[in-house]
Amino acid sequence: MPLAYLVRRLAMAIPTLFGVAIVDFVLLRVVPGNPIAMMIPPGASAADIARLRAFYGLDQPIPVQFWRWLEALLHGNLGVSIDLRRGVLGLVMSRLPATLELALLAMVLAVALGIALGVGAIYWQGRWPEAVVDGIAGLGMAIPDFLWGLLLVLLLGVLLPILPISGRIDPMLSTHFVTPFYLAESLARGEFSLVGSLLAHMALPAVALALPLTAVIARILKSALVEAMSQDYILMARVKGLGRARIIWTEAFRNALVPTVTLSGVQFTFLVGGTVLIERIFSYPGIGNMAIDAVIGRDLPLIQGVVMTFAVLFILINLLIDMTYVLLNPRVRHG
Amino acid sequence: MDETAWRRSLGNPRVLFGLAVLALLALAALGAPLIAPQNPLHQDLLASFAPPFWHAGVVPGHLLGTDDLGRDTLSRLIYGARIALTVAVISATAAGLIGTLLGLAAGYAGGLPDAIVSRLVDVWMAFPPVLLSIVLVAVIGAGLEAVILAIVIVDWTRFCRIVRAEVLVQREQDYVAAAVAIGLGPWRVALQEILRNLLPTLIVLFTLEMGIAITVEAILSFVGLSIASGAPSWGGMIAEGRLYIHQAWWLMTLPVGCIIVSVLGLNALGDGLRQTLDPLVRR
Repeated sequence: MPLAYLVRRLAMAIPTLFGVAIVDFVLLRVVPGNPIAMMIPPGASAADIARLRAFYGLDQPIPVQFWRWLEALLHGNLGVSIDLRRGVLGLVMSRLPATLELALLAMVLAVALGIALGVGAIYWQGRWPEAVVDGIAGLGMAIPDFLWGLLLVLLLGVLLPILPISGRIDPMLSTHFVTPFYLAESLARGEFSLVGSLLAHMALPAVALALPLTAVIARILKSALVEAMSQDYILMARVKGLGRARIIWTEAFRNALVPTVTLSGVQFTFLVGGTVLIERIFSYPGIGNMAIDAVIGRDLPLIQGVVMTFAVLFILINLLIDMTYVLLNPRVRHG
Repeated sequence: MDETAWRRSLGNPRVLFGLAVLALLALAALGAPLIAPQNPLHQDLLASFAPPFWHAGVVPGHLLGTDDLGRDTLSRLIYGARIALTVAVISATAAGLIGTLLGLAAGYAGGLPDAIVSRLVDVWMAFPPVLLSIVLVAVIGAGLEAVILAIVIVDWTRFCRIVRAEVLVQREQDYVAAAVAIGLGPWRVALQEILRNLLPTLIVLFTLEMGIAITVEAILSFVGLSIASGAPSWGGMIAEGRLYIHQAWWLMTLPVGCIIVSVLGLNALGDGLRQTLDPLVRR
């Protein structure tokens, strides 16, 4: 990986981040509801209100507020939540691991399923499995994760109640986690009853998040494989007498991977964005669920912090996808 | 786009399915006061949780049963189509107009306008769209107008990105050079010549955006930020039905079904039109 490319790519993210910070700030300073009015007890004196406004910096002119906010942001200080009266950064960090574990599980699921479906459709091209894959991909792309989540609640939570539809872990399991990465920690500790409970709770939200990405990967991989299978080197491999499965895996797959990564890249950020609602539907204690509570409670610093966190995540994911693309494609690597 | 393109479209099963769904939606939305058997807001606590027709103990007059406050589910679903379609048409039109104009300007003019629009799109793409619309509605204030405005502010980039990319391709075509050669001004070339060739793409994008808008309205109602609670929106019905999911699963299932059918229909319409109208795909 050429360092120059990485540096250039990182530099490009800076104006975007600055733009995000401006939008994030402007968006929430024009909010009509007065956050101070909501947090004071009835009968608070004017002096109390003024002190609170000063504490949150709301008595300063807008440009000064923006500058202070930006300065604090650069120091990693996201302010104090109005509702929860705790530091925003700490709150975000306590909830982010749950979201990351869920999103990562969904991504792994989507990549594995998407590859299996795409390759399967080509292996059995022209026969019924291909039609099944086309159908799954069509539905997966048309129906957004929000609706998949609701459908899964109905199907596997209520009509056929085999999986839990809310929370992160069975509350009856008494245990103490040292880190907020419950799944990684229980795996490391080898406590598989905990792992089982965590995975059971993550199963439905992860599938709901994964389905649209699965569909996109399956469809793009399939058409890329069709393209790759018509190339001369495939004919060569066939002449050499290699089997169909072998040809697909060793020859075509590698070449189909580049367009698949490029074209499905955006969908990874959509998956992460989708956690906001999916966590809400499944009462999963991640950062997205907290974001909606913050919006309903008009907790300005917390909303700003969460929005900023998501923006940074999005920019990081895009960076990772670019890196993957460069690693897979030697022509770009040296370009 | 000529007559044959339209005739070809009407022979496409996806287009036909999509048009049928759209017609059904329009019928329910426009004719709601005539079709709906009951007033969607009328509460009848003595008839709450009436089961739908496939269960024993149906209450006459409530074909699909009633909710926790005894409001008629069928009537609420029909009036819900009105909200869904209103949001879909207005926000897709407005997002389409803004996105197309900015995309055209950026793609055709290049230079500084392009740099500004492209940066703006970059910044927009760094926000999760759903979170952004939730925050926006909270900022603008609840209500149908706020929902529409939030969808427009978030989704204009969908049009802008694709229009800009298309214009970059179209700009190099001979017909553009010809139009410039006969002395047409840049706005005329962009708005008349290029836009005409973008029409198939725009129709497809518009159809897909309608489906997205219906979903986003449902999401905002589900979160409790859309129009006043009690108003018959599909998302609101889902949020209310979610509470009684173990006693009366159909309360949530029916509005979810309505949204899924609408979204599938609009997607099929968009996909079908893409196949029949877009010369690149057809080749």
